[in-house]
Amino acid sequence: MSSKNPTDGPACGLDQEPRKGFSRRTFIEGVGIGAGAVGAIGTAEPARADTHEPVGPDPVAITLNINGKSHELKVEPRVTLIDALRNRLDLTGAKKVCDRATCGACTVMVDGDPVYSCTMLAIEAQGRRIETIEGISTEDSMHPVQAQFVEHDAQQCGFCTPGLVMAGKAIVDSNPQPTMADVESGLSGNICRCGTYVGVRKAVYDAARA
Amino acid sequence: MATKYDWPAADDRSLIGKRHNRVDGPAKARGAAKYSYDRNLDGMLYGKLVTSTVPHGRIVGIDTSRAEKAPGYKGHVNILNVGDEVQWAGTEILAICADTEEHVRDVAAAVTVLYESMPHWVKDEDVEKAGEANRVKPAKDDTKGPDLEEAWKSADATVEGYYGLAVITHCCLEPHGQVVDWTGDDITVYASTQAVARIPGDLANGLSRDEKIGTVAADSIHVITPYMGGGFGSKFNIDTWGIACAKLSKMTGKPVKLMLDRDEELMVAGGRPSDFGNIKVGAKKDGTLVAYESETWSTGGIAGRGSPPVPYVYNNEERLAQKARHLNVSTNIGPARAWRAPNHPQAAVLTMCPMEDLAAKLDMNPVDFFKKNADLTARPEVYRYEIDKCAEMIGWADKWHKRGDSGSGPVKRGLGMSLHTWGGRPHDSTCEVRIQPDGGVSVNTASQDLGVGTYTTLSVVAAETLGLQIPDIKVNIGSSKLPISGASGGSTTVGGTSASTRRATVNALDELKAVVAEALETEADDLVAKDGKVFSKSDSSKSLTWAEACRKLGNRTITGQGKQPDRNGGKLNDSGVGGVQMADVSVDVETGVVSINKIAAVQDVGLVICLEQCESQVYGSLIQGVAWALYEESIYDQTTGKMLNPDMEFYKLPGAGDIGELEVHMVQNKYDDRGVIGIGEPPAISPGAAISNAVANAIGVRVPTLPLTPDKVLAALANA
Repeated sequence: MSSKNPTDGPACGLDQEPRKGFSRRTFIEGVGIGAGAVGAIGTAEPARADTHEPVGPDPVAITLNINGKSHELKVEPRVTLIDALRNRLDLTGAKKVCDRATCGACTVMVDGDPVYSCTMLAIEAQGRRIETIEGISTEDSMHPVQAQFVEHDAQQCGFCTPGLVMAGKAIVDSNPQPTMADVESGLSGNICRCGTYVGVRKAVYDAARA
Repeated sequence: MATKYDWPAADDRSLIGKRHNRVDGPAKARGAAKYSYDRNLDGMLYGKLVTSTVPHGRIVGIDTSRAEKAPGYKGHVNILNVGDEVQWAGTEILAICADTEEHVRDVAAAVTVLYESMPHWVKDEDVEKAGEANRVKPAKDDTKGPDLEEAWKSADATVEGYYGLAVITHCCLEPHGQVVDWTGDDITVYASTQAVARIPGDLANGLSRDEKIGTVAADSIHVITPYMGGGFGSKFNIDTWGIACAKLSKMTGKPVKLMLDRDEELMVAGGRPSDFGNIKVGAKKDGTLVAYESETWSTGGIAGRGSPPVPYVYNNEERLAQKARHLNVSTNIGPARAWRAPNHPQAAVLTMCPMEDLAAKLDMNPVDFFKKNADLTARPEVYRYEIDKCAEMIGWADKWHKRGDSGSGPVKRGLGMSLHTWGGRPHDSTCEVRIQPDGGVSVNTASQDLGVGTYTTLSVVAAETLGLQIPDIKVNIGSSKLPISGASGGSTTVGGTSASTRRATVNALDELKAVVAEALETEADDLVAKDGKVFSKSDSSKSLTWAEACRKLGNRTITGQGKQPDRNGGKLNDSGVGGVQMADVSVDVETGVVSINKIAAVQDVGLVICLEQCESQVYGSLIQGVAWALYEESIYDQTTGKMLNPDMEFYKLPGAGDIGELEVHMVQNKYDDRGVIGIGEPPAISPGAAISNAVANAIGVRVPTLPLTPDKVLAALANA
């Protein structure tokens, strides 16, 4: 669970307790295929009317901290983080594929943990540190995971690649010497259709050691 | 006859056939590659389909009044109308657009369509029941080769069995769809397509059929697709949603994005036909195959489809007695689209599985059996070599055991194999190569990169020809305004575009040599472009760097044209390849779970241009093969007529830990003289048959149909 930077009470009014996000890893480990429903259950927790005004359904002003920059935007409370990133901010690296927390193409980091951005609301992501594929490299140099993806031809059509790169980054961030089994486990929340896993596994394994 | 266009001899190749990083790799790894789905244009609206909720019926009412009053509504166009018949659930009925993605979901949900229900049928495996439902089309017998009755009499052993594989769907990660920007007379289409050059004509035709639109010129349409997120044979046309999206753009005066939702993608935008069959094969005591007889049936939707070319690979018409009958089952499911190597994966299962069963009955090692009968194939020498090589890679000699002889523990291990063939002829292609006075070189052709490596192969061809390096070449593809190339389907792209690019580059270099020859006071024939220089063969003092040579052009840009086919342009490509794959699996007979230990693949494709991307095509094929051998199936419910798993939770695909160890060997320096042959289809054919055979070897019984799910494995064991 992501508990490194608990928020100071979200502005959306949907939650009272500082929310712990649904990290992708917890999703996979604990919930399995029923995971698609978790986001909905989480956000349906009743608000305490005495502390927060309910918001929506009209757009509300929110601020998102993405790749170290602050972005102000207005979204309906139902807008997911992936849709906010892609449709409002033109951060289109994260891809929308299954739209229900199965395939991992939309993976971004929230407070350092990999999260399925299709299953987190944009309003939930306020006050959290969001990192997308666009934020992990500079113009001059790629993140080691990205560089190793290129070295091992760990991509074909490339549509799953940003999600797999972020999942790979999460592995190497948390484990400097992952075994191949660790790599496979960490990548198990991502699906590639072209069949690039052979290169992907090597890329993540080597990136940790780079 | 040798020509100046021929591929360089093996010793002269510095880039061709070697390993290179994918040219578009960094853009994809950085998330910077812009796919159609990623296009955000100023003022863009969001489109969505309304699709049929019934599998078969007549539309009796379409009410959009509530949708039109809903927030954000901007317009809609009908695809079908009252009185039209829908033949599968998910049929496109209308397209609607709104100002945001959230609003378009609301307005689409506010549309009411009423149907008069009609009888439906969605099941394909039980051909008798389908026949009772009047869903089976009559078929003729196709008889070839020696007399069949005599052949059965001569057989010392025969096997009769039931085999098959289910309907699966393409599940492209970037769904079908596009962004269309219709401004004045110009229509720009960012389409997720395998056919950049074909879409303008296809869209113009579709639009011109609408009286309200009138004639639309194909040349007013510009298709832009630098990247696309998976096609596998399903993305050749603009489709109803593309035409509707263009109409919405014209109607609203705004760009419109319409990408299919995941359930629509799985229900109506993909589909590989099933195939099931009762197969009988016979051989002599020494293993000589003498007869093959099949009754097969399949469905690919309402039109049936899916006739497998059986017997497969082992099909010599002079020596093998053959009789095939194929029945089409018409079902109310989304229509089939071409899938990598159409009908071949099915044919491999329906041939290689009964053959391995026959080998088991004859008490023969399958490697010996398949090799012994190699003379019944079109390429005996290729297959014998590949079988030996593949057996070495998988450790067949050490690991293979007789069928079912797998020890007493609950986890049984087994090996299986399969062979395949494919054409892979080149498609037509035209290319223009430009050399600029500043030394820049571009390759320009309206091809596309589906992820196969077109950017990289064309960079290699041009760089090799000019004595430059890959980063020196700019490849412009993915635009319909470039010189025309064919659609990417049937493993035709690398053969077509590498040939047109080679010829165009040689022609451009000839022009540059003419200019440089004058400057260096020598003959053009005396000049060589190599190692970043243009120099005289006879006088080493006469040499210019590439940049110096190009500066001699002054302000002139050279263009070289090349095409495929070209009678005078040398022999640069061919068709017809062979491949062999072997699988090593473990099966837990208590749970029925099959896991992959290793798959080995040996593949011939003539001259390899980019070894790494070529191997990636094979790795990808093996992984897709694991998917349809063990997990994938479009499951339809006869009561509702609907697909039960149009999502990615229950439409199962493997993850990184489900594929075992994979080893690929590309046959190089053996058939290079044949030129370039396509790679996309051939390795995608054999995995299912090889894995099914490995499971049979492991557990001692045949699991009849793919996917080899735990329930089927346990049922096969229980029935044994």
